Amino acid sequence: MKYVDEFRDPDKASSLLRAIEALTKPLVAARGRPLRIMEVCGGHTHSIFKYGIANMLPAGIEFIHGPGCPVCVLPMGRVDDCVALAETPGVIFTTFGDAMRVPGSKKSLLQAKADGADVRMVYSPLDALAIARENKDREVVFFGLGFETTMPSTGLTILQAETEGISNFSLFCNHITIIPTIKAILDSPDLQLDGFLGPGHVSMVIGTKPYEFIARHYRRPLVVAGFEPLDVLHSVWLVLKQLAESRCEIENQYGRIVPTDGNTAALAAISRVFELREFFEWRGLGSIDHSGVRMRETYARYDAECKFAVPSLRIADPKSCQCGEVLKGVIKPWQCKVFGTACTPQTPLGALMVSSEGACAAYYQYGDLEGLRDRHAADAA
Amino acid sequence: MIKFEPTLPIRPQRKVRDGIHVPKVTLAHGGGGKAMRDLIDDVFVSAFDNPALVPLEDQARFTLADLCRHGDRLAFTSDSFVVDPLEFPGGDIGKLAVCGTVNDLAVGGAKPLYLSCSVIIEEGVEVAALRKIARSMADSATAAGVTIVTGDTKVVDRGSCDKLFINTAGIGVIRTGIDLGAHRAEAGDIILVNGLLGDHGAAILAARGDLHLETQIESDCSALNGLIESLLDACPEVRFIRDATRGGLATVLNEIAEASSVGIEIDEKATPLREEVKGFCEILGLDPLYLANEGKIVIVVPPGAAERARAALQAHPLGKDASIIGRVTSGVAGRVVMHTNFGGKRIVDMLVGEQLPRIC
Repeated sequence: MKYVDEFRDPDKASSLLRAIEALTKPLVAARGRPLRIMEVCGGHTHSIFKYGIANMLPAGIEFIHGPGCPVCVLPMGRVDDCVALAETPGVIFTTFGDAMRVPGSKKSLLQAKADGADVRMVYSPLDALAIARENKDREVVFFGLGFETTMPSTGLTILQAETEGISNFSLFCNHITIIPTIKAILDSPDLQLDGFLGPGHVSMVIGTKPYEFIARHYRRPLVVAGFEPLDVLHSVWLVLKQLAESRCEIENQYGRIVPTDGNTAALAAISRVFELREFFEWRGLGSIDHSGVRMRETYARYDAECKFAVPSLRIADPKSCQCGEVLKGVIKPWQCKVFGTACTPQTPLGALMVSSEGACAAYYQYGDLEGLRDRHAADAA
Repeated sequence: MIKFEPTLPIRPQRKVRDGIHVPKVTLAHGGGGKAMRDLIDDVFVSAFDNPALVPLEDQARFTLADLCRHGDRLAFTSDSFVVDPLEFPGGDIGKLAVCGTVNDLAVGGAKPLYLSCSVIIEEGVEVAALRKIARSMADSATAAGVTIVTGDTKVVDRGSCDKLFINTAGIGVIRTGIDLGAHRAEAGDIILVNGLLGDHGAAILAARGDLHLETQIESDCSALNGLIESLLDACPEVRFIRDATRGGLATVLNEIAEASSVGIEIDEKATPLREEVKGFCEILGLDPLYLANEGKIVIVVPPGAAERARAALQAHPLGKDASIIGRVTSGVAGRVVMHTNFGGKRIVDMLVGEQLPRIC
């Protein structure tokens, strides 16, 4: 594949790996512990496992899989709200595919569909709007989900619905924003992080400036990274280079996609339709101030939370579930009490096991061979 | 030697009388009366026309002696086909229903001989479309050297099924001396596939139209009994063959690893994929290893037979892109590992359900 294979070149990978190895040794020796780099975005987690990057890197580097999978951080109560909306008579509930299997307290959307709810998988909010256009006698609800990456397309769809005067369309808004969450993680006392791989697609919208406080205030390097395997290795090398040179900066490795100032048209669409919520509940992380958005009052007629009676109950995460500790990087997925036993991709307890971008599902499916081997050794001892 | 003699008269006492003069199937065509007979005669009997079928008894009959000429064990299989859309680039539900069952017999080392054809039709389906599908089944059966000898027709209310469901069962005879099984893989064995993977799955997803993607990808739907016969002629020591249908290559490899309690390693570089399929998967966030195939088999052979097997496959038009993709190891039992192009390793596990596209 042209323009893709170039970013998967094994020869370039081995020269990058040599450079990474050379930087790692002295850094690890100085700290007396492994270097911990958090990849914030689930897309990076997916790449790291899909291409087997984790076990190509020297042993002194650990990836901490961050909270950047919007499906994974969705709390159970919100899934229950989705199910309640989907089961409302007359409603067609539309959603991205990988949200279908996220467990609610009683059932997932996939189970609600089997029970008779009209749940349809779409690839874009515009597909959901098209369904509304073709089904004037039904109420079509779109499950808006994701960070700034997907927010502009949802916002523009609402504006399109308004332009066309489509009144049987609404949004169940679960969009979240990454910056407050990174801040919450940095404020967490039990955390030891040396640097970040910044989310590429989010940054394509918001640019690189919103991250500056991480370098300035928290003194950690962050490199906005692309998703191809060479992008990931290159970004790791850039983080290590900053550490070796005692620099803390925001660097942009994904310059072919991410402009420094972001996408102003997309940002305008976001701010026209959405405003910050006072707080939003994250699975495993609890409530984080200003970490979610809702629709502005002007667009209340497109807001499913205004249009329908949404139960909005807060459901505690299952007790045995340690998603929060995994998300903060305090424990590795396989160190969770229920990993691979009570919680598997077939019967996910926590959302990290559901989406292919979730750290637990990635470990389970693609397997960190070294990590799992360590675990088996630990179990045997 | 007992000579094969059909137990029933060769020529039909029946011929198509009125045929069907309405454009669409109605519930009347499933009522057991004259309308149903007209549907069966017009659509199915006229397409499948053969001595075993035409008397339209409640069962087809064959002499045992004839079956015995082909080997020493019977193989019997059944498969249902519910594909949407009914017609897709590279085939249709009729061709799929014949090839699928022929392949299920052939991968067991059997010579496929007789098929049944049961259809469940949703009222409102166009008779012309049915005729076309029945014709496609007949052509595929002729090409594969099998006969459709019995069948059944039901018509259900609108909404009770999606246009047309077809079930085909098949009988074949396993040649003497051939013993294939998923449990027979041993460390050191070599794994091959007969060509490019994922075409069917990608073609079907694209043909549904809701992705708004235009592709040139065609389904690989084909009957593989000829290919398998020449493979077994050249390589009777083959240990296992399975068609990589739903769940794709990844699922079959996991089944082998589990059944034989062995590890499996495959090489991404050697895994044959069309550029279009790679691009299609890249855009949709799908993994081609899990895409369905309808004309691809996974073959396990002892190390000494690998080159011979590859040559035999490549000599056949349906095996020209055959490739050695990996080997059986004494590694962790049940685990399939892929060496990525990029130089890393990853586990290739079974899929839980359907592949769901990622959000971003």
